Amino acid sequence: MHPIISALKHHKTAVILMVLEIALTCAIVSNAIFIIGDRLAAMHVQTGVADNELVWARSSGLDQGASAASATSRAQADLAALRTMPGVTSAVMVNSLPLSNMNSWGACVQHRPGHTKDQVCNVIFYAGTQGTVKTLGIKLVQGRDFLPQEYVNYFPFDNMQAPPAVMVTRSLANRLWPGKDPLGQPLFLGDKAGDVTHVVGVVGHLVNPSINKYNGVERNLLLPVTAAAVRGGMYALRTAPGARDATLRDLPKVLDGVDSRRIITERHSYAQTVKDYFHDDRALIWLLLLVIGCLLALSALGVVGLSSFWVQQRTHQIGIRRAIGATRRDIMLYFQTENFLIVSGGIALGSLCAVVLNLFLMKHYELPRLPLSYLPIGALVLWALGQLAVLGPALRAAAVPPVVATRSV
Amino acid sequence: MFGYYLELALRSLRCNKVLTALMVLAIGLGIGASMTMITVLHVMTADPLPGRSVQLFYPQIDPHDMVGYAKNKAPPDQLTWIDAMNLLHARRAVRQVAMTAGQVVVQPTQGSSRAFFASARYTSADFFTMFEVPFAYGSGWTAADDARQARVVVIARDLADKLYGADHAVGKSLRLGKDVFRVVGVIDPWQPVPRFYDLTQGSYAKVEQVFMPLETAMALKQPTEGNFMCWGDQALNNKDMERASCTWIQFWAQLDTPAQVASYRDYLVHYSQEQKALGRFQRPPNVRLHDLMAWLDVNHVVPSSVQLQTLLALGFMLVCLVNTVALLLVKFLRRGAELGIRRAMGASKRSVFAQLLFEAFLVGLAGGVVGLLLTLSGLWIVRQQPVPYAGYAHLDSVMLGATVVLSLCATLLAALFPAWRACRLQPATVLKIQ
Repeated sequence: MHPIISALKHHKTAVILMVLEIALTCAIVSNAIFIIGDRLAAMHVQTGVADNELVWARSSGLDQGASAASATSRAQADLAALRTMPGVTSAVMVNSLPLSNMNSWGACVQHRPGHTKDQVCNVIFYAGTQGTVKTLGIKLVQGRDFLPQEYVNYFPFDNMQAPPAVMVTRSLANRLWPGKDPLGQPLFLGDKAGDVTHVVGVVGHLVNPSINKYNGVERNLLLPVTAAAVRGGMYALRTAPGARDATLRDLPKVLDGVDSRRIITERHSYAQTVKDYFHDDRALIWLLLLVIGCLLALSALGVVGLSSFWVQQRTHQIGIRRAIGATRRDIMLYFQTENFLIVSGGIALGSLCAVVLNLFLMKHYELPRLPLSYLPIGALVLWALGQLAVLGPALRAAAVPPVVATRSV
Repeated sequence: MFGYYLELALRSLRCNKVLTALMVLAIGLGIGASMTMITVLHVMTADPLPGRSVQLFYPQIDPHDMVGYAKNKAPPDQLTWIDAMNLLHARRAVRQVAMTAGQVVVQPTQGSSRAFFASARYTSADFFTMFEVPFAYGSGWTAADDARQARVVVIARDLADKLYGADHAVGKSLRLGKDVFRVVGVIDPWQPVPRFYDLTQGSYAKVEQVFMPLETAMALKQPTEGNFMCWGDQALNNKDMERASCTWIQFWAQLDTPAQVASYRDYLVHYSQEQKALGRFQRPPNVRLHDLMAWLDVNHVVPSSVQLQTLLALGFMLVCLVNTVALLLVKFLRRGAELGIRRAMGASKRSVFAQLLFEAFLVGLAGGVVGLLLTLSGLWIVRQQPVPYAGYAHLDSVMLGATVVLSLCATLLAALFPAWRACRLQPATVLKIQ
């Protein structure tokens, strides 16, 4: 190895440039791979509802003077009409849906009324009309579904009597009553003794309307309410597996049949909603993959260019080495080792840069800390790339015949 | 000399086509990536009202109670109805405007076409003159119309086209919800980027289609769509927005001279003291008076994802440059013999240096063209994204020139060191080795 290093000392500039390029590539690629992994993990989330069998729509009446009562009766008429659609197994009204990014209600819940010390805040409230659990396909891990008499007119921000029953996600239950059975526990939705409700069921998974650092992923509860309480909500329809697209298409006609003085502001299949929610993440992943690809290609080209030059420059020496007994394998190994050394130098510097870059990104863009296990991934990729790139020039070097040594030019 | 360098450069570039193509591609990729992001950034941080923006100011005052009080904390982003009306009617600025966002139901009168929602801006009269809104027909309304809550509207050209045909929209009546208005003006397509006058709805939101006097809209209870920030104990469904402890009105003042700015700032402090004396305000006077560009800055209108992508593009460009330096070094040193002969036959170091730089110049030019094509396709991709600023990602002439100049400068910079190294080779040594 010693002669290789001393030979490199004669090409300090080129070596430094190579190391620098590999280091920058290593830093950017490690962080990019990390961000991709982070995004992929975020995208791989179970919504907790029947993604492929749901259709939802939002409609807005044009009568500004319409009373709450008439809005409620229209919502009920709408639901009745929607339930008669072929392929629709059930239809309900909910305030929001997981990952819909819409109309999310959040508040604090308390163990004891007025005790703000041990309250849990930023809890998302889902509110749905009778049949919500079955329609959305929410899976209970404990307890029972709501009873018909438990559905009441309750809007969380209006000083109304809380519903007698509530369901919580397992993640919220663990937060509120760690180590205890959540079933039957009282929960206060406000400051007063009248805001009490009791847990009747625990939901395995149900994701929030949007995933963010304030509300977490699954910190939510589900309340049984009547249509009058679901303000700004949406119709959610469960369809037979093959009937989804037809339902989506015919939905405006059916709603207009009930009352055409309205605007249907949203109408989507739920699978599309989930896809849309992660659009930015997917775009970012593609962008990063593109950048990684270009960077690796560039570095490979740099290695090929530089190695070819060195092979050409050293043709004479290679001939001499061959003439005094070096095998083709020795010559190849020489260039491969040389490349390995340069890339290793780049990786060493690059790993340092990767950590610094990550610290900078953490500070300014709220990215998590780069686990050190990502560095060997970047290193392996670059070593492989370097060896692949140097293969061509090394083979050419190995093909130099010993007779070259006897030629003067 | 120039022709000779050109011939030498072309010959040398042709001699190793793969290496040349690699360099052009490397520079092109770097330029394409970074110029795409720089163009997006350039569009997003542009001055939305060039020439006028220095005279536009956004006053903030602090009407909150003492809960959560901290010294030097910025006052809320918007004003309460009472403060907005007080400031508006005091007329201490050259012009001033109070406004909020709304959504109206347009009920077409002719035919059986269905009613639809249109975005609306409820504003006082100076909006159009202050922001230099271009009118196609008619004009805005007057302060007198504001005061008597006149039922007039100004509409966007595409809405006018849809309803009546733009050229005879003025004077027509327009039914919005349950009320009937008279169209007094039609504005040409107008879209300041960022949409500075109301950043609470997204910095790159579309300009509204219907403009209505603010006081009229409130009197008729036309639905508002704005951002509400409330404090203190009150039920959330408080319908009396005009008296609620909520900030929801955007306010702009036009101040032409530094003296006017100073005196307006004094006025805001004085106003806060007066309100405190009256018992409405509780905090000590806490005012801000940002000009338009500073207000955009304070609100961080550029999303962090765009900043991150720009950073990524610049990092990519850096790698491309290092790569170019390495490749040029290889290319120049490989030609040691040729340069040695030129030197031996009397060419000065300087002319060899110039020749090499000329070669790099050609590479940079080609890289610039490739980069330009990549930038155009990159911007096309940005426009396909469902982001609010997508539609504005176009290459203007400034950025087009900048692309080519950046490419040339980057390549020449990258070539300086390799060319210098190549010139330093001793002709005698180089020739002897061979």
